[in-house]
Amino acid sequence: MGGLSAVKMESVSDQIRAIVLKQLSALLPEPVPISDQTNIVRDLGLDSLAVMDFVMAIEDDLDISVPLDRIAEVETVGDLIRTLDELKAQG
Amino acid sequence: MSILAKFAPLRDAYEKLKSVGYDPFSIKFDAILSPTEGVVNGRRTILLGTNNYLGLTYDPTCIRKSVEAVEAQGTGTTGSRIANGSYDGHKRLESELARYFGRRHCMVFSTGYQANLGILSTLAGREDHLIIDADSHASIYDGCRLGHAEVVRFRHNDPDDLYKRMRRLADKPGEKLIVVEGIYSMLGDSAPLAEIAAVKRETGAYLLVDEAHSLGVLGENGRGLAEAAGVEADVDFVVGTFSKSLGSVGGFCVADIDGFDMLRVACRPYMFTASLPPSVIASTIQALHQMESRPGLRTRLRNNAKRLHGGLGALGFQVGPEVSPIVSVALPDRETAIMFWNRLLNAGLYLNLALPPATPNNHSLLRSSVSAAHSTAQIDFALDLFAAIGREFGLIPGAGADALPQAATA
Ligand SMILES: Cc1ncc(COP(=O)(O)O)c(C=O)c1O
Repeated sequence: MGGLSAVKMESVSDQIRAIVLKQLSALLPEPVPISDQTNIVRDLGLDSLAVMDFVMAIEDDLDISVPLDRIAEVETVGDLIRTLDELKAQG
Repeated sequence: MSILAKFAPLRDAYEKLKSVGYDPFSIKFDAILSPTEGVVNGRRTILLGTNNYLGLTYDPTCIRKSVEAVEAQGTGTTGSRIANGSYDGHKRLESELARYFGRRHCMVFSTGYQANLGILSTLAGREDHLIIDADSHASIYDGCRLGHAEVVRFRHNDPDDLYKRMRRLADKPGEKLIVVEGIYSMLGDSAPLAEIAAVKRETGAYLLVDEAHSLGVLGENGRGLAEAAGVEADVDFVVGTFSKSLGSVGGFCVADIDGFDMLRVACRPYMFTASLPPSVIASTIQALHQMESRPGLRTRLRNNAKRLHGGLGALGFQVGPEVSPIVSVALPDRETAIMFWNRLLNAGLYLNLALPPATPNNHSLLRSSVSAAHSTAQIDFALDLFAAIGREFGLIPGAGADALPQAATA
């Protein structure tokens, strides 16, 4: 059982990662290397409004709502993926 | 490193803004002459950015009531209503507002900002949910941050997106409070309130409408968007301000819900700040009476709004989607907006410069707010000025630079 759910978890994670990367690259004027450590505001130069809009697009893709306090905690791409993972798991 | 070092990027942006000419964040009026005229740098200037929708700031009856109150009751209350007690005027204003809105309860706050801060943070508690329009005013965002509820935004004026988010919350415990505005302050558009009320009913949520810019503007009796849309029964809480149509300062919330008065001993932005002074209360009560008894003010306001919105659109400027007293022109970029705004001011027209991130969709806006007190000549002066500068900047079609029009007087 544990093994099965671990596999499932990973595939959800991968799906979330793919969505985040897709929405981020749609936003950036030119391709930039992005890792989990990439700081969304500092490294990608997105202002808080752009971050909000980008999160809304992801919310649509994943059919979840990300509460504002959870968005405020996010600094890096890795933070965002973890937050989305948790929210998606809660359903 | 100074404690202010974190503001270095903001300082740079601000310095750049100021380098073009006037500082839009600290314009000083040498004198205010009327609801629609002032003096800036020694020049008579038409005021087209004051939110003074009904022009009541100089209403002689409001001024008289205010003077009588300050003479009889002094300049200030010097304390909060919880600690120092209420004056008769506070109670009277609250019952007049409740009567006007046809509701049983009203709480008056010292500003509209504090009304949102207090009501949102207190109504929605730890387990509850606030669902707010993404383009909400700063006071709504700040009210959300002050409280402990979970906050979710929905796409601006999009009832389907709201519905989706309500559906996701369906199984979660706690009350849900939807928050929208009657007229949005940057573009002058209104919430699709009938559709939002339908979502509210279907999902069993509460609905709050901030009628800051729509009080005295929309609806047969000026009660705002809820009245205009015919859904007052679905709106559980109305928040508003005295600082626009009522020409003073302060805020309020009216409701019909049982037990509303408990908020008076739970709501910190109500409890821990000084109450409004008697002069403000007195002019506000009188302004409410004027607003009720002179529907012609609303007609004049609407005609002025139509003239400015229609005129700017006809010139080829990009204006908001609806005719409203807030008429915003979107310019292609920040620099153009700043230069245009400076030229307008130099020629004797004051309005608001609104720049990202304070604006929706990163628009750079020249934001006008029309008043019932504007004369047709003043509106036309603004239109002529926009035409001349717009052509000179190559923003609208038409022949080269016209001579700048001379300031109209009321
Ligand atoms: C939508 C909205 N709500 C609340 C406020 C706050 O009102 P006040 O100026 O009375 O604090 C404003 C305006 O400033 C507003 O535009």
